[in-house]
Amino acid sequence: MRHHHVLHVVAKMVIPLILLFALYVQFHGDYSPGGGFQAGVIFAAGLILYGLVFGVDRLRRVVPPGVVRGLAAAGVLLYAGVGVAGLLLGGSYLDYGVLLPDPMAGQHLGILLIEFGVGLTVAAVMTTLFYCFAG
Amino acid sequence: MEYLINIVLLALLAVTAGAVVRLRNLFAAVMLAGIYSLLTAAVFVILDAVDVAFTEAAVGAGIATILMLAALALTGREQGAATGPSAVGLAVVLATGAALVWGTLDMPHFGDPLAPAQVHVAPRYLEGTITEIGIPNAVTSVLASYRGYDTLGEVFVIFTAGIGALALLENRRGS
Repeated sequence: MRHHHVLHVVAKMVIPLILLFALYVQFHGDYSPGGGFQAGVIFAAGLILYGLVFGVDRLRRVVPPGVVRGLAAAGVLLYAGVGVAGLLLGGSYLDYGVLLPDPMAGQHLGILLIEFGVGLTVAAVMTTLFYCFAG
Repeated sequence: MEYLINIVLLALLAVTAGAVVRLRNLFAAVMLAGIYSLLTAAVFVILDAVDVAFTEAAVGAGIATILMLAALALTGREQGAATGPSAVGLAVVLATGAALVWGTLDMPHFGDPLAPAQVHVAPRYLEGTITEIGIPNAVTSVLASYRGYDTLGEVFVIFTAGIGALALLENRRGS
């Protein structure tokens, strides 16, 4: 799709909005529909759109496959790590109430962190799948 | 009005599903499968399950369609020659369908306030969301906090799927 000017122009305008919307869904999941799963998929959709319009090789230069794989593991580790942090602070596994002195603030922090882990893993795995299939 | 929308959506779902089965062109079938997901998302919105609708629209209609198209690029656009109708296949489908319909007879009615799903742990979660977690979206508090262990498992599933795809397809370009 090298010479489709309309596609190029529209994609360049739309992709930043998709990525921004993904971040909104990610960090506003406590207050409105959405969360890490949806945000990760939307973020990956923005990247995949870039890969479809400008070529997979250019997408590989923007987000190297090795880095994406690392991020997929980092998301799972962040989620599991929040659980371990709760254990070390004297609570039970994945009990966020002990993360901060105020249990409710701890819950907020825990949910924010694990949702970020979910989003990271989902976006990275979806991008990895695209790399696998697109060759 | 809601009845009318429900009937239209379900009828469109049935038509789309029938078309997917009958089509020989896999490219068109993938596109229709995406439309099917979008219709399902609309049904979820009517059921007030906006979080699920969101996921269905993003995953089912978006990413899944693209991955199926990418898979078509690796294989081919046309379905191979059909083997003709199979009596065993028809019997299996009819028996499974009858068993599923029979199973729904025991289920509580739609929106039944005394359904097990409404009286088990759900009231505890819904009340605790405000006093214990303090966030307005109960879906997020159940998903991330009360059922955090389950969600961790789901993330592991996605991670494993990524590893599986890598193991199967990673070295394809080299060979």
